[in-house]
Amino acid sequence: MGKILMKGNEAIGEAAIRAGCLNYFAYPITPQSEVAEYLSRRMPEVGGVFLQAESEIAVANMLFGAAGCGARVFTTSSSPGISLMSEAISYISSAQCPVVFVNIVRGGPGLGGILPSQADYFQATKGGGHGDYRLLVMAPASVQEAVEMVMMAFPLAEKYRNPVMILGDGLIGQMMEPVEFPEHLRSEPSNKDDWATNGMDTRKSNKPNLVKSLFLNAELLEEHNILLKAKYDRMKQEEVRYESYNTDTDYQALIVSFGTMSRVCRTVIDNLKAQGFETAMIRPQTLFPFPQEPIKQAALKESCKVVFSIELNMGQMVEDVERSVQGKRPVHWYGKAGGDVPTPEEVIDVIKSFF
Amino acid sequence: MAKTFKKPQALSDQPTHYCPGCTHGIIHRLVAEVIDELGIRGRTVGIAPVGCAVLAYNYFTFDFQEAAHGRAPAMATGIKRVRPDLIVFTYQGDGDLASIGMGEIIHAANRGEKFTTIFVNNTVYGMTGGQMAPTTLQGQRTTTSPAGRNVEEVGMPVKMAELLSALETPAYITRQTVLKPKYVVRAKKAIKKAFQYQMEGRCFSLVELVSTCPTNWGLTPVEAIKWAEDNMLPYFKLGEYKTPDTVEED
Repeated sequence: MGKILMKGNEAIGEAAIRAGCLNYFAYPITPQSEVAEYLSRRMPEVGGVFLQAESEIAVANMLFGAAGCGARVFTTSSSPGISLMSEAISYISSAQCPVVFVNIVRGGPGLGGILPSQADYFQATKGGGHGDYRLLVMAPASVQEAVEMVMMAFPLAEKYRNPVMILGDGLIGQMMEPVEFPEHLRSEPSNKDDWATNGMDTRKSNKPNLVKSLFLNAELLEEHNILLKAKYDRMKQEEVRYESYNTDTDYQALIVSFGTMSRVCRTVIDNLKAQGFETAMIRPQTLFPFPQEPIKQAALKESCKVVFSIELNMGQMVEDVERSVQGKRPVHWYGKAGGDVPTPEEVIDVIKSFF
Repeated sequence: MAKTFKKPQALSDQPTHYCPGCTHGIIHRLVAEVIDELGIRGRTVGIAPVGCAVLAYNYFTFDFQEAAHGRAPAMATGIKRVRPDLIVFTYQGDGDLASIGMGEIIHAANRGEKFTTIFVNNTVYGMTGGQMAPTTLQGQRTTTSPAGRNVEEVGMPVKMAELLSALETPAYITRQTVLKPKYVVRAKKAIKKAFQYQMEGRCFSLVELVSTCPTNWGLTPVEAIKWAEDNMLPYFKLGEYKTPDTVEED
């Protein structure tokens, strides 16, 4: 299958089907409603389940039920919708069910706006809902990468029995780009007989399975949280993904940027190079686990004087960048949170003001 | 000598945490008997609510999921949509179903989701200590309505069976009780019908059960049954509110 031109939101829907996820529950919200529109046509074609629920709260609990009985499921939403889902995301994390959430982030807080934003960085990486849990969070910078990440998300969710979130933005969702899909559907979901409520007859067992998150006994809850933490620690060991750009030069400044904003930062680096000024970028592809060590190593390069965290928000990832750099270099934030994506010239002016 | 009365296979040996005189035990047993009789234990998934029955999964011997407060109908929807061959039921109290979960139950019922809801109505939030529920009767004292439910402020108690039977789609809506042996027999018939309708692929069914909460009502078990008969049954009238025959079919 060759490349086809496709809108980000539709490509995300198709990618899930190609990943073998034939169950989709959703509620409309801009700027991602095209996923639901696309899948309302496409799911019946592949014998899948499409259901438009009464609210995002219901969506997330439908996912919880469906994943709990062993099905591969996903949803797409945008910021205010993800806030409503966060209650269930906490439960799903505790009950260790694999679910994929796609958040095509819009500006906030409150109703905010519908233009590109990365203001849900904290919500995605630091919790969002209550309790000690983490999501594995991936941030695509192109429609093709969104497709690849959606396809990776399902096996990762199943490997860790943990929700995975794809953090995109309005630009990724609305933009058309050439994409390529793998030819065949992925195989059936992995065997979940050990824990899923798929019916005792289905797994030829006489032992009931239980999907739950209540642990009234202090020792058992402690044990459960230690088990969850071990999974998050393992993600930190095995799932850090990032891309380096122009890091083999004697760069004077290091940029950390993800998603749509990182595309602008590439142009910044190219334009500054043309002017004889070297800068480089680490682009986190996973926001949790965060590429802490690669950022630290890149910041510690002798030529590097300063580190910038450039984001479509009022300064969220910068806290993780500071944590990574550990005070060895000055770290500065630059960003916008209204929906305008900073131009390369604006970013260049900011960087140059430090030299 | 042959045993003539024994514990259903669908019930575990674990003693329940329910208070003396609480009707959850009877209702659990009826559900378990029905599941045994229909031979569906191996393909049944129960959904436990938040409330006194949150630990229901300790007492049944088949697959269970535990829902967030009020969300059991959405969870059941998710399961039933992806695995229509499973038999799914939610087990919910009145705080869970008629207050925080009102949206989920109405929409699941209206979509005609093919699962069954066992709705235990005892007019209070039992697990949290007897606070006022949407079903608390007019003038009834609870820990958050110490002077009695004031309908001027909070409206009249919600009648779920009537409310849901106003929808076109649901297949079977009934209100029963387990306050006396004769009622228990009828309640079991209703629960069995609800599961049978689900097995036949008919849409949503709900069995509301008028129940007691002696602990939070501050009554003995015997007094609680009398109180429920005198006060609840005149307001929450027993009966079949909707049967598949009343649903128009093409």
